[in-house]
Amino acid sequence: MPAKSRKSYHGNMAMRLDVRGLSVELPTPNGWVRPVNSVSFALAEGETLGIVGESGSGKTMLSLALMGLLPPGARARGEAWLHSPASTENGSNANGGGENLLAESSSEMRAARGRRIAMIFQEPMTALNPVMRVGAQIAEAIRAHEPGLSAKEINRRVLEALERASVPEPKRRARQYAHELSGGLRQRVTIAMALAASPSVLIADEPTTALDVTVQKQILDLLENLRRELRLSMLFITHDLGVVAQVADRVAVMYAGRIVEEGPTEEVLRRPAHPYTIGLLRAAPRLVREKIVAIPGTVPPLGSLPPGCSFGPRCDRHIPECDASAPKLANAIASSETHRARCIRIGAHSES
Amino acid sequence: MSAEIILDVRDLRKSYSAATGAFERGGTDSKRRTMAVDGVTFSVERGETLGIVGESGCGKTTLARILLRLIEPDSGEMHFRGQDWRRVHGADLRALRRRMQMVFQDPVASLNPRMRVGAVVGEPLAIHEPQLSRSQRRERAAEMLEDVGLGAGVLDRYPHEFSGGQRQRIGIARALILRPDLLMADEPVSALDVSVGAQILELLDRLRREFSLTLIIISHSLPVVAQLASRVAVMQAGQFVECGPAEQVLYAPQNPYTQALIAAVPEIPS
Repeated sequence: MPAKSRKSYHGNMAMRLDVRGLSVELPTPNGWVRPVNSVSFALAEGETLGIVGESGSGKTMLSLALMGLLPPGARARGEAWLHSPASTENGSNANGGGENLLAESSSEMRAARGRRIAMIFQEPMTALNPVMRVGAQIAEAIRAHEPGLSAKEINRRVLEALERASVPEPKRRARQYAHELSGGLRQRVTIAMALAASPSVLIADEPTTALDVTVQKQILDLLENLRRELRLSMLFITHDLGVVAQVADRVAVMYAGRIVEEGPTEEVLRRPAHPYTIGLLRAAPRLVREKIVAIPGTVPPLGSLPPGCSFGPRCDRHIPECDASAPKLANAIASSETHRARCIRIGAHSES
Repeated sequence: MSAEIILDVRDLRKSYSAATGAFERGGTDSKRRTMAVDGVTFSVERGETLGIVGESGCGKTTLARILLRLIEPDSGEMHFRGQDWRRVHGADLRALRRRMQMVFQDPVASLNPRMRVGAVVGEPLAIHEPQLSRSQRRERAAEMLEDVGLGAGVLDRYPHEFSGGQRQRIGIARALILRPDLLMADEPVSALDVSVGAQILELLDRLRREFSLTLIIISHSLPVVAQLASRVAVMQAGQFVECGPAEQVLYAPQNPYTQALIAAVPEIPS
């Protein structure tokens, strides 16, 4: 068994986030489109779920819906239950205890956000105020969630947060502005800020995409340490299959708003079942110089999704039945309940 | 039998004055200079693909701009197609320049948004082959668009109507319409999704064969470079710290920095 293998799926671990039938709808001149379409998943304590998808897959809209950051006019349906460690210990959430992120009003949402669920972004400068010292920004985040702390205590907590994010010389860095920091340090500062109020769930949206590969490695290592130390549950959104292999216990592959395949990371990447996942793996450049094979065509625009399976027009295994109706998630292999894919030809092509 | 050397570069150097703070200027009297390109020497054989890989700030983009003669190096020699590339001027420069073309990360972003695709692709002909009539240019543009997999049907559309991958194809068509010998691609797939990026890499490799191109691919991504390059140069702090056959650099790297770069690439299990 590889040393990297972690306790997979939920086992006895407490549930932190339980998303059921989440859809996001956006108004367009030609009617409503659905960038996220009935997405369900669960995230256990200390677990990392990788969400993999290309542009237009809905992966970012999904995270914005959970954070209550959808653009004006957009609406979210479904449920997203956030269970805090306290509510789990009290045993008060046999089913659906905790709070529904999608039902909360914005003032309640604001209190919950950051306190229990926080987010980091691809470009740290979007989260950092350019005219404020980074220490003051972290202090602001702490104060927002815990009003009434003394200045001294806040200062101590700021330095603690920077240390936790492995920022060297935290005292000096706290007095600097974002533009004085390198990209990697900036991302460490946003991680410190996101974790300042000790959330139990962290959403990371392409947090290393803008970074050099050696810096990326440092940030991924940091997130991995924090996950272990703080029992943090992470939703890790990325387009990079290599990154997902490194950080995620489980992976969900999204295409045109739906999860088309999900399961333990190693299994999905080694034995992909959905033709899109298979295609993505073949198209990804690797150090090993195997010939890459592109997926023909492009992601369909949300306003004109093809009938039936959205991947149908790009799929090399397409048959007329694929256009009849959207396939349901089904076990990818008979022996596995946790590895599922949304393709009517499963079985047909795994046996052939 | 040795292949023809199409580009030969000796000890190229370019420095900038180092600004010491965000609001300070380095000034000409500043003793502190940043060596963006610090003694780079290499040559490229006709028909091969050289990959130049390095992290941000390593000098790879400065190097590309020097090679294209967009900026002057401080010192060093460059020979392109046997001519002293630093010392050709006027009509000779123009004639030679069409032999070396470039595709950018998002080539269409720098173009006039009110120009139709046919004009975008045909424009280099208006400069380099002014004797052609408008309809001849249009015909050549149509052929070129066909070659990059877009089809002549897109001639009268505007670049902004296209997806990232299609825009990259338009950029490649524009670069190749002059039939250059050497095509330089700076981060040609970094802005693209994986499935679309793979299409562009496949296209570049096919066009390299069909048009007998010499390719220089510049990227921060070792896996991207690994797909196409027959030779790989690893650049750090303005220098080529390692340069050799792709197989050797990728699988038996000698330089510690190359080793670190390879170790940092997150691997996909297979």
